[in-house]
Amino acid sequence: MLRTNLNLGAERQMSRLHPYSDKVMDHFTNPRNMGEIADADAVADVGNPACGDMMRLYIKVEDGKIVDVKFKTFGCGAAIAASSMLTEIVKGKTIAEAEKITNRQVIDALGGLPPVKHHCSVMAEEALANAIKDYRLKHQGSGS
Amino acid sequence: MIYFDHQSTTPVDPRVVEAMLPYFSGTYGNPSSHIHAQGVAAGEALDNARLSVASSIGAKPEEVIFTSGATEANNLAIKGFVEANADRGKHIIASAIEHYSVLAPLRSLQSRGFEVTYVGCDKYGMVDPVDVGKALKHDTAMITVQAANPEIGTIQRIQDIALFARKHDVYFHTDAAAASGIVPIDVDVLGVDSLTLSSHNMYGPKGVGALYLRTGNRLSCQIVGGMQESGYRSGTENLPGIVGMAKACDLAKAEASTRIELLKNLQIKLWDWLANNVEYLEFTGHPMYRIPGHVSFWVKFIEGESLLLMLNMKGIMCSSGSACSSNLRGHDEEDLAASHVLTAVGVPAEFCSGSLTVSMGKDNTEDEVDYMISALPSIIERLLAMSPLYADKLKGKDPYSK
Repeated sequence: MLRTNLNLGAERQMSRLHPYSDKVMDHFTNPRNMGEIADADAVADVGNPACGDMMRLYIKVEDGKIVDVKFKTFGCGAAIAASSMLTEIVKGKTIAEAEKITNRQVIDALGGLPPVKHHCSVMAEEALANAIKDYRLKHQGSGS
Repeated sequence: MIYFDHQSTTPVDPRVVEAMLPYFSGTYGNPSSHIHAQGVAAGEALDNARLSVASSIGAKPEEVIFTSGATEANNLAIKGFVEANADRGKHIIASAIEHYSVLAPLRSLQSRGFEVTYVGCDKYGMVDPVDVGKALKHDTAMITVQAANPEIGTIQRIQDIALFARKHDVYFHTDAAAASGIVPIDVDVLGVDSLTLSSHNMYGPKGVGALYLRTGNRLSCQIVGGMQESGYRSGTENLPGIVGMAKACDLAKAEASTRIELLKNLQIKLWDWLANNVEYLEFTGHPMYRIPGHVSFWVKFIEGESLLLMLNMKGIMCSSGSACSSNLRGHDEEDLAASHVLTAVGVPAEFCSGSLTVSMGKDNTEDEVDYMISALPSIIERLLAMSPLYADKLKGKDPYSK
């Protein structure tokens, strides 16, 4: 059973001490913007329960700006923390600015994620991209 | 802090530590040094330890081989047997819910031309001896089925499977690591050819285990060198560890009925409360034939690692069948596959991520179970509130229909 020994540098070393950073645990324990927006301008679902995680993102847009954002997530600690962190980053940004947000920003803002949990940040990025897509579909011509 | 993760490992009993201490700097001799006093004293201690371990499972002392743990014992039994008995055939039967220390040697044998039939189990995790019989071929050399499963707690009908194996002259090995020190074992009642014991699962030290090998069977040595342990396992014996394991076996035997009574009471208390108070809960494993003190379940709409983390924040340490958390230090996404045990008992992939294993031990108390019972409702409520799947369910949609 040969395995590739991936050189993952500092991040790997961190994961050896404790799998989750304090920031991840903080966002897992006290998730920001958890819930639903009844009159959301766009909603996106990413992931599915068979893969072990699923995220739903709601956004409220006014004058091209994301004024409110909420999430619900079924998933591990990293998935919940990444969802929560994404909403913090997104809130107050214009659609154009939000579109540039990447999963790397979410990972960095969380003080790192274990390598096997990087897909959780990708899920957050995808949820945002899909929500913006949904917004554009519903509001042709408005926004950016 | 409450420790409910005894299937992962157990604390070393202070009486075990006490028994081990003289064998570090006092009696430090090498049991192979037969001539001088240090060596003789070490040899005597080794003999006594072997006798204790053997008598705890109804075996003869010469049938006990000390190893570095259950993993090595399983490797020795499986690879050692087929290598020493090449004439007995190239087919092996195993259950689908074996531990990795059984599955991995089997896979390595498969890559060397052996054929392995993995027999499934029912929804309670029970392997049907009839299914084992159906898998038999003219060149079946070996059958290996675990005594108990650490993840879902089911205790197998080893006796029936062993009887069948004996009738067809097939070698039968059982991995009893998860049953060590908690499920009474008698090798003659079970009728097995070999059996793996783990020390750290029964309040003994880590780094030591044993393989019982019935007289008359041959194995090829896997760790070659000075041919200690009757030639089955080379390397100077880990005497403090072995003495510790022997003490742990003595204690397990002497205290078997009190331990089992306590653990059954705690188990029933938690089980009944969960069954009556937690909606969307499904137990895993067998409701009756299970490891005392072992309760495992999953909750629909809730992911296992989140549940585990929240319990941990309340000071309750359990483990999750969810590969997500158990392999958090893994290298790649392959490590996140659903548990092979839950998959084998038919839990759909979308629910495998929600499973939790509570394995209680001899020092746990009813107050600790009460504490867990008081902590669970708010945790479950919180996770349900966070779950988009539960939100769908409340709106009358089936979140799993996609």
